[in-house]
Amino acid sequence: MGRLARGTIALAVAGAGATAVRALVVPRHRSWPRVTGADPRPARWQVVTLTGPPEAVLPGGRWPEPLRRLDGAVEVHTRPAPGGRGTELAARPLGGSPRLPGLAAHLVGDDPGLLIRQALREAKQLAETGEVLRADRSRLDRPGAAG
Amino acid sequence: MRALCWEGVDALAVRQVPDPELRNAHDMIVRVRRSATCGADLPLLGGRIPFLAAGDVLGHEFLGEVVEVGPEVRRHRVDDRVVVCAAVACGACWFCRQGLFACCDNGSSTGAAATESAWGQPTGGCYGRPAPLGGFAGSHAEYVRVPYADVGAFTVPDPVSDDRAVFASDAAPTGWMGAELGEVGPGDVVAVWGAGAVGQLTARSAVLRGAARVIVIDRYDDRLRMVDRHVGAEPLNYRYVDVPAELRERSGGRGPDVCVEAVGMESEPPGLLGGRLGGGADRPLALREAVHACRKGGTVVVLGTWTGFVDAFPLGAVMNKGLTVRSARQHGQRWIPMLLDRMARDELRTEHLATHRLPLERGADGYALFRERADGCVRAVFSP
Repeated sequence: MGRLARGTIALAVAGAGATAVRALVVPRHRSWPRVTGADPRPARWQVVTLTGPPEAVLPGGRWPEPLRRLDGAVEVHTRPAPGGRGTELAARPLGGSPRLPGLAAHLVGDDPGLLIRQALREAKQLAETGEVLRADRSRLDRPGAAG
Repeated sequence: MRALCWEGVDALAVRQVPDPELRNAHDMIVRVRRSATCGADLPLLGGRIPFLAAGDVLGHEFLGEVVEVGPEVRRHRVDDRVVVCAAVACGACWFCRQGLFACCDNGSSTGAAATESAWGQPTGGCYGRPAPLGGFAGSHAEYVRVPYADVGAFTVPDPVSDDRAVFASDAAPTGWMGAELGEVGPGDVVAVWGAGAVGQLTARSAVLRGAARVIVIDRYDDRLRMVDRHVGAEPLNYRYVDVPAELRERSGGRGPDVCVEAVGMESEPPGLLGGRLGGGADRPLALREAVHACRKGGTVVVLGTWTGFVDAFPLGAVMNKGLTVRSARQHGQRWIPMLLDRMARDELRTEHLATHRLPLERGADGYALFRERADGCVRAVFSP
């Protein structure tokens, strides 16, 4: 796919999310990941940086609550962030890469990467602000509310 | 409660919607007294930003009084009159501690992944954006929920009127930031493209910071008269003059030291159906001119609202003239207390920007006036 065409497609869907963008701009010569069988390669780490030292992020080695929900499915590491920026908190799924590629996994709801990303962001918010920020509920989410 | 809701492309209506509720311990609920239109709303209104759904409430520049506080709110109490920064930020993450509040890591709900997908990292939140872009309802309503209330809400000094203080929410800090990013100081020549509220307040900020000459470029004579009367800057109407040549002459042949683009993306880009079909990149006409006009080694500041790609950005001029290009959404939490003080001292007057004061029920009319710049409209301000 030419650079220009690729850019046009990326522009058209930029607001719709990088998952879609990535899927659409994969060069043709690159083969898709296998969709059957376990992938022996370890999954990619996902990382967030939190303010505070590692011992505050994992007090007594205990995982933050949002990651505890994934206990048994992920492994977790921490290390000091450079420049005094706090702690890098990393997680990745156990058992290698997901069997489905990103967009397909997203569509069928089987992308552990999204779950891990969400859990890491929640852990970061919890550590830094004391709470997980919740969106306003829409009218559809509040069937009993007036209006 | 009543709220001004997006109903579809270019369609607005006042509807009954559920009252906001405290969702986090640091939240409070504000009864809105003033809520202003903003150019950043126009791409949303025109359907250029994905994810907006029928029934979503617009508006992010507002002032009101506190009616309910969460258990962790310390700085505010019921009945306080507050102006709320349009940017939602936690005040605790690394970016907030650097003063980069609009870059806050925790300013959006964790389900709001669209900004990370589109721009590489999650950015801070903003009112009046759909869930994938933050998840906080807008302020064109009787009530609004304010997350991180101690960080984003500021008590308004008694002498400052509602009509003045409402602009401390967004337009005034954006304008101040434009001058600060340009490091405007005594002796500088500053050119500002766009005589809307942000452009005028950028120019006023440059004047307050000691600039020797401040020139504002637009095509609307009524706005340029405001620049002359209320800002203390020189108006320049691009319909009648060669702007780069005029700027070169007014800066002794050097070009302005700081050029600020305060125009932003077009509400309807090239392409069919308002750019939704066959649309391409936006045309940064003012930004191109700013780069061309700026003196060698000068600074170009991008303040207008941009969300995607632009066409034909003159990178060659940027490189060969050694320009610095800076930009940001406003980090208002840094400057709102200072701006309120300046408002209280009459250094910063903004009432003239509220050219149309309307009840919420006339919200659709207000946006039509604002979008078309009809009847001399600079900003329509609603009183729910």
